[in-house]
Amino acid sequence: MNLSDPIVYLSLLVFLPALGALVLAFFPRGREEAIRYTTLGFTIFTFMLTLGLFLNDKGVRFEEGAAGMQNLFAAPWIPSFGIQYVMGLDGISFPLVVLTAFLSVLAMLASWPIKKHVKAYCILFLLLETGMIGVFMALDFFLFYVFWEVMLLPMYFLIGVWGGPRKEYAAIKFFLYTLLGSVLMLIAILMLYFNSDLTLLNPQQLVDAGIVKVEPARRGAEAQSVDAAFESWRDGDDPLAQRFKEIQAETDPAKRRQLPTFNILALQRIGQLENTPFNEDLWLGKSIQWWAFLLLLVGFIIKVPSVPLHTWLPDAHVEAPTPISMILAGILLKMGGYGIIRICYPICPAAGYDLAYFVCLIGVVSMVWGAFAALAQNDFKRMVAYSSVSHMGYVVLGLGVWSLGQWTGEPGSFTYNADYWKMGVNGAMFQMIAHGISSAGMFFCVGVLYDRVHHRNLNEFGGIFGRMPVYSGFAIAIFFAGLGLPGLCGFIGEVFVVLSVWKYSQVLAVISAFVVILTAGYILWAIQRVYLGAEYRGPHGEALTPMTMREMVIAVPLVAFAILLGVYPQSLLNYMQPSVDRQVDQLASWTQQYDTDRAALQESIGKDDEQMAEASKR
Amino acid sequence: MTLQTIIDSLISDTVQTSLPLFRPELALCATIVVLLLSRVFPLLDRIPPVAIAFVGAVAALVLAMPEGGMASLGSIPRIELFTGMLVYDSVTVYLRLFLMGFAVLFVILSSLTGIADRNDGQDFYSLVFGATIGMCIMASSNHLLSLFLGVEMASVPSYVLSGIVKGRRRSSEAALKYAVYGAGAAGVMLYGASLLAGLLGTAHIPTMAQRLVEFDVASKLADRELSVMVLALGGLMLGVGLAFKLSAVPFHFWCPDVFEGASAEVDGFLSVVSKAAALALLVRVGIGFGSEPANMARPGDPPPSLAGAASLDAGATGGALQFVAQRGVEDDGVEEPANAELAETPLSPVRTFFVTIVAVVGVVSCTFGNLAAYGQKNIKRMFAYSTIAHAGFMMMPVAAAVALLGRNPSAASEAIAALLLYATIYLFMNLGAFAIVAFLRNSMQSEEIKDYAGLIGRSPVIAVAMTLILVSLIGLPPLAGFWPKLRVLQSLYEAGGPLLMFVMVAAAINTAISLVYYLRVAKTMCIDPQPDTSRPVQLGFLSTSYVVAITLPVVLLGFAPDRVAQWTQQAAAGLFG
Repeated sequence: MNLSDPIVYLSLLVFLPALGALVLAFFPRGREEAIRYTTLGFTIFTFMLTLGLFLNDKGVRFEEGAAGMQNLFAAPWIPSFGIQYVMGLDGISFPLVVLTAFLSVLAMLASWPIKKHVKAYCILFLLLETGMIGVFMALDFFLFYVFWEVMLLPMYFLIGVWGGPRKEYAAIKFFLYTLLGSVLMLIAILMLYFNSDLTLLNPQQLVDAGIVKVEPARRGAEAQSVDAAFESWRDGDDPLAQRFKEIQAETDPAKRRQLPTFNILALQRIGQLENTPFNEDLWLGKSIQWWAFLLLLVGFIIKVPSVPLHTWLPDAHVEAPTPISMILAGILLKMGGYGIIRICYPICPAAGYDLAYFVCLIGVVSMVWGAFAALAQNDFKRMVAYSSVSHMGYVVLGLGVWSLGQWTGEPGSFTYNADYWKMGVNGAMFQMIAHGISSAGMFFCVGVLYDRVHHRNLNEFGGIFGRMPVYSGFAIAIFFAGLGLPGLCGFIGEVFVVLSVWKYSQVLAVISAFVVILTAGYILWAIQRVYLGAEYRGPHGEALTPMTMREMVIAVPLVAFAILLGVYPQSLLNYMQPSVDRQVDQLASWTQQYDTDRAALQESIGKDDEQMAEASKR
Repeated sequence: MTLQTIIDSLISDTVQTSLPLFRPELALCATIVVLLLSRVFPLLDRIPPVAIAFVGAVAALVLAMPEGGMASLGSIPRIELFTGMLVYDSVTVYLRLFLMGFAVLFVILSSLTGIADRNDGQDFYSLVFGATIGMCIMASSNHLLSLFLGVEMASVPSYVLSGIVKGRRRSSEAALKYAVYGAGAAGVMLYGASLLAGLLGTAHIPTMAQRLVEFDVASKLADRELSVMVLALGGLMLGVGLAFKLSAVPFHFWCPDVFEGASAEVDGFLSVVSKAAALALLVRVGIGFGSEPANMARPGDPPPSLAGAASLDAGATGGALQFVAQRGVEDDGVEEPANAELAETPLSPVRTFFVTIVAVVGVVSCTFGNLAAYGQKNIKRMFAYSTIAHAGFMMMPVAAAVALLGRNPSAASEAIAALLLYATIYLFMNLGAFAIVAFLRNSMQSEEIKDYAGLIGRSPVIAVAMTLILVSLIGLPPLAGFWPKLRVLQSLYEAGGPLLMFVMVAAAINTAISLVYYLRVAKTMCIDPQPDTSRPVQLGFLSTSYVVAITLPVVLLGFAPDRVAQWTQQAAAGLFG
């Protein structure tokens, strides 16, 4: 047990909050302040562990500028089901893990006004944090699924017990939507599992997937070569390796069996093989990966959420207590986007290529729909909730853009150039982080007001600036960050996405640029109705006291990060971009290969007979 | 062969082979005898019946352990006992352990809840153990006669058990309804069994499978011969009896009424072991009729004689596979094994018939149970529908296993392993749930869901345990109930085919359907405010410990199911030689 071992460090990072929950369970009743501080201590310690990844110069560290999976480890968990305990970090997951740990600290600070059943609240909160961090670090499909579901029950109770007047309805709606999505995901997992085959991969790919472990360079010994590591693994006594060897030794192709896997990285490699087993026909003339992509996409866009599967979100957000709204908007929604970028596209590229326009369309529709719905709200929190739908639309759009290269003057001369595609995906990832900060901040600002005046009706506010100037300053900064004002964090992601879409579809680009105006409309209007105006005339005016110290501690870092990311986006991109670029490059070269193959196929059969080509493909 | 030699071989078979392997059941029989005699002898009467029952159950559990420990589960040979009436293999051993383990836990529960007091105890435990022996016979049945015997031995005590609380109208009504329904189902099943036995000339299931091969169902079907109709009718009628025991739709009507009328402890008994034994019987019938016997290459052999039945033993089920594989090797072809995989074997129509019925009944039961549970106000009635749904879910891997029989025996064995795992984890979930219902009934005299409101404030441990169990019943990770559901879905996917794929999707969606009603109970306990009129809940330390001890496996098996999963895999692999 040594902290410089990734398995220990990352496991501690994931399970420390759960450990905290266990500790809290033995606290006596009535010691509420002690329980709160202990919980806060655990969230802070978890956050410090993520910060340790920046600093720790020996052992476990997250390297800036490296593209590959870092601190990857694999250990057996349930060998009889073929499920492994695989975790790792790369530029896609690392910023999200840090964001999760960071927002958990702030949300716990924001939980001080909660007075009911404090012990149960803190236990559930910590369990939720374990689930959230686990989702971003898990690289075994099942581990991912388990963490994904672990979040549901704490979330249900956190909304259902500590929520607003319609809490039970909102909680069950949230649960039901997410569970339905994850059940579809489960079917997709099984489809991919049974059609995957580890023996299709070469040693380098097995090493990349964490299945084969290469001994690093030590004093007196050079680093093991990939082939040597592969051979020593294959001849070792690992049961998986033995089955691998057995299957590879079988020369008769008719008797050859598969070695299915749940490893997400291995599935990515298998999905991007030239003749991947996922291309087999499944139903209605569509391939396995097409259906798997669709099922996974539905599961993920429920979480994002995208129109038309977004209706749980306004209810859940409005009814949830403030800190839980912060977590919901700041982190839970990001899981959908994370799933799409980590699982949907790399594992099912052909389906993603086929459905790219559909995904982009979902993104754009969500943006427009969410913006219009936000304009129509009178409830402050509901408005912010719909703004999340709109902002997360950018994420889906940016991830879906398959803008690969450009046609030059004469027909047939297509130059492959993935720059705009990279820009879109980076923009989407940036938008996820930025939205994590700005939406958590917006919900917090709503909560601050609600704690004082106990209503959220936009039309009864006004004149808050005069009563609470410091708070209003922070709030307006946060809302401008959400609006996408240049110099604040929201701008970078939006502009990247809109620019990249132009190369893919000009119609969608125009519409998505137009949404910026709508966003400005509802946010400015809300600021005008709440903060500006002569004086506050709504109920409980006497309760409008200035911000407390605790509230300042929450607001200051949020605003600071919103400005930092807006002024110097490279601080985030340095960590994120290499991994995103690498994934896009892989997909781009896959697409080029795919297009070439298809073109060659069509040429060999005859250009005018497309149907024949289709038939022979089957 | 003279009469003398037949008798000699019969005696040696019984005494030397069969009885030693029948020890756990014999231990229960002895316990029953002691319990009944204790009324007669004043000295014995001083000992509380629960002590006798506990000792008997533990003794049976110890005797049921395989000799080489759990690790040797996979290497247990298949032996036919009592001249082919019963079969002893790894599945028998595993299920007997399961049943005896349940008996031990059940005895503890009944003494904690006080359902079996000093005066009633002898009767109660005699009935419970009698039914358990019947279930052991069901689980190891190899002959239509022992099948019927097992079902009746398990059912008749259950009728009495469901009415054991004297002087309650609902209880008596439940018992009567159960008995009448059971008698009807048993009659139909017996008729079906006699049709099958009459048509095939034997009631020994492996021999019947061989006769079915000779019968050549496929060509008779093509000729539209009436005898196939009779065969199908016999099979269907046999299925009625099984469906009654499983409370599968459309033979489920007794289930909610009986569950509501009987006491919660008895409900736990009926919902766990009775269902598990019926599923084991379904496996025996499905695998028995669905797999070609080893010596089918030589049709026209004389049927095995009484004493020779044991020589059929190992490989009777795995035989078809060996045969196919050998042929593949003998021929030079690369294509041959692929062909062999798809080739129609003589029992394919039988398998299709079985798979279609079981899959359809399974998916209908699952969906119906989940939907009907929505409107229930009584917790026991809700759980009755929940068991209908779970029984439907557990039927699906049996269909998958039989569908995979000819093609991919290792996948078929995985499907059976999924069922065994499901049954094992279901034991903890449902016994825990009904134990909590029973303790709460003792404490607040109510079994209405609405009376559980605000339980978290009155008895947090019980409320948390119940919530965990309910969530595990939904099948959410990381609780144990998730893994068997996953394994079932996996086996259905692997079996493939349009019907089973549909069943898989329906089963997965059913998980989401079941969410609402399970969660409603959790919500009532944890979210709803406590009514002012509610009585205080006082549970003793022992009762709380019992609940915690039953709930703990539900959590721990969720994180580390590997050990149990390996046992089930070994047990199931033994079924396929």
